[in-house]
Amino acid sequence: MSASLFVVQLFNGLQLGILLFLVAAGLTLVFGVMDFINLAHGVQYMLGAYLAVMAYGFTGNFFLAVLIALVASLLFGLLLELLVFRHLYARDHLEQVLATFGVIMLLNQGVKLLWGAAPLNLPIPAVLSGSVPLMDGLRYPVYRFAIIGAGVLVAAGLYLFITSTRIGMLVRAGATNAPMVSALGIDIKRLFTVVSGFGAMLAGFAGIMVAPILSVEPGMGDQILILAFVVIVIGGIGSIRGAFLAAVLVGVIDTLGRSFMTDVLRLVLAPATARTIGPALASMSIYLLMAVVLAVRPAGLFPAKGRA
Amino acid sequence: MRRAIRLIPDRVRDAARRPLSFDARMALAYFALIALLPLLAPSLGSGYLIVIGERAVIFAIAALSLELLIGAGGLVSFGHAAFLGVGAYAAGIAASHGLGTLSVALPAALAASAAFALATGAIAVRTHGVYFIMITLAFAQMAFFIATSLAPYGGDDGLSWPTRTTLFGRHVLKNETIFYYVSLALLIAAYVCLGRLMASRFGRVLRGLKDNETRMQALGFTPYPYRLSAYVIAGTLCGAAGFLLGNQAEFVSPAYMHWQRSGELIIMVLLGGTGTLYGPMFGALTFLLLEEVLSRLTEHWKVLLGPALVLLALFASGGIAGAVAAWRHEQGGLARMLRARSRFARRRLATGMVGPARGRWLGYPWLAHAAMPLRWVVGRARSRGQAAKGTLARLRRDLPALRQPELRNMLARWWRQ
Repeated sequence: MSASLFVVQLFNGLQLGILLFLVAAGLTLVFGVMDFINLAHGVQYMLGAYLAVMAYGFTGNFFLAVLIALVASLLFGLLLELLVFRHLYARDHLEQVLATFGVIMLLNQGVKLLWGAAPLNLPIPAVLSGSVPLMDGLRYPVYRFAIIGAGVLVAAGLYLFITSTRIGMLVRAGATNAPMVSALGIDIKRLFTVVSGFGAMLAGFAGIMVAPILSVEPGMGDQILILAFVVIVIGGIGSIRGAFLAAVLVGVIDTLGRSFMTDVLRLVLAPATARTIGPALASMSIYLLMAVVLAVRPAGLFPAKGRA
Repeated sequence: MRRAIRLIPDRVRDAARRPLSFDARMALAYFALIALLPLLAPSLGSGYLIVIGERAVIFAIAALSLELLIGAGGLVSFGHAAFLGVGAYAAGIAASHGLGTLSVALPAALAASAAFALATGAIAVRTHGVYFIMITLAFAQMAFFIATSLAPYGGDDGLSWPTRTTLFGRHVLKNETIFYYVSLALLIAAYVCLGRLMASRFGRVLRGLKDNETRMQALGFTPYPYRLSAYVIAGTLCGAAGFLLGNQAEFVSPAYMHWQRSGELIIMVLLGGTGTLYGPMFGALTFLLLEEVLSRLTEHWKVLLGPALVLLALFASGGIAGAVAAWRHEQGGLARMLRARSRFARRRLATGMVGPARGRWLGYPWLAHAAMPLRWVVGRARSRGQAAKGTLARLRRDLPALRQPELRNMLARWWRQ
């Protein structure tokens, strides 16, 4: 376990955490403001990646493709909201799970139908390719730094947006007590649509960002969806700050666990046992974290104010 | 007077004389359908039908156990498939060590799933609503990852059983027909036990907790032990289903515990309709048949199933049982109206002012509604709190978003204060 490897993995964890935050931010808002379980949020992440690949195929320019894919994700999120989600806000959580599960099935398979089951990839643009030296003999790819930077920028922008604009104020008020906001004369349906579309765009943005470093394939959204749910439950539903901290925590713990758990276990266990248990324990670590957090603080680390 | 020695106790005799409930009659129809399937299968030209029937029965057991949590307890578990896997793995591991006899494998499956349910339930049941959904999902994921790392037992690739479970050293369950009826017998036993459980004090408390926890606490019930017991019972029953599922395939893999499998179990329960016991059984059957038929139509059958689920959630959230109940209400209302003695009574029934069900569009018989004189309908609307409606209309004009019932309640509460 060398120090340089540790630093690299720390950065990787940070990068995963930033991506998780982008997905979880939309999810926690939709969840907090509308009390709506959107399992289809992971599919929107996947769709962002596919749209970016398709837009790159048309334009050949990475940045133009990102822009087009962003707009397309936003439009698609709005479309889903108008067609399906808005009819489910007042319903039971069970029906929301059922409907959004159906959307997952449709889109996962639809993507397979349109683009095939084989993984696609998006080339890294020339400007962001290459790597920078961190210390002796340790280089880190520029693109991953770009992801971290873009994610931090979006997080900061989101923070400003939520804390100091009128819509942000309404979103916070909605997360605390939606009927009251509605009673004060705010068109809460339009607010819901805006938040939902915006959340879809954030998830799509995360998908676009990872398209060059991961393979773009059907079902890529499922794993990140579950991680994002873990993040928002740990962070406290409806809280952006909680989502950010929990996302970084989960990203770092997951990545470090995957790379070092076996080595750490080898210190106390026989090598063969460590090799068996290590990976399992690493995959489980974030769920263990979540179980512990929920056992100690049943509403998450930073529950939105005014919520039970 | 001489005391007669009774071979059959009074309670049992009375129970046998009582007419069966509608739920029980529907369940009986389901059991009859399943029991006759192997007799029909050869004439339809495929032993394949038996395999579908077996899977339908096994998933019916799993769906029934989930119904105990969702329908009675209001606990939406999104990790129920974990118990399928735990049961199947326990029996499979026992079998791979040469202990594949029924007296070891089945108790192992039940004990393992009960222990898993107790350990995870002790934490999960403390949480509510969305948090419960998420924490059950998290525990199922943990079980999934443990299974993938069980290198001595196949790891990712899964574990092939050396053989199906034996009974006194004989390969009785190898016979497909016997296995089929053994599964069916287990399903019937599960149905009867769950029916008794729901009707018992325990079941009533559980449903009471779902409807109004505060009130139940005020009555002196502590929610935690009831919910935890329900969770353990459901988990153990699902473990039994897992035991059967592993036997059926002679194989178990981590995919048994995948979160999408948990989602499918929820779909089965919702497709059948919660609140009844026959619903989930029909739901499991319908889901498997849909999967079968659609996958024959096209390789991309999920493109068809997905929108169907969305439509189901949007427009028919009661599932099969809900549709049947609505249809029965309609029939019942119509029959009662035709039987009603006076013109006055008929009119009251037709306008829905009294009768089997009011409020929903299916509440009163549509045929009667369509045929009845218009002034009855108008009269009914006029008689029903017109003043309140006028006030509401004025409020609605002033506050644009005043359309949700909870808001109306909120205003009413303020008014009273």
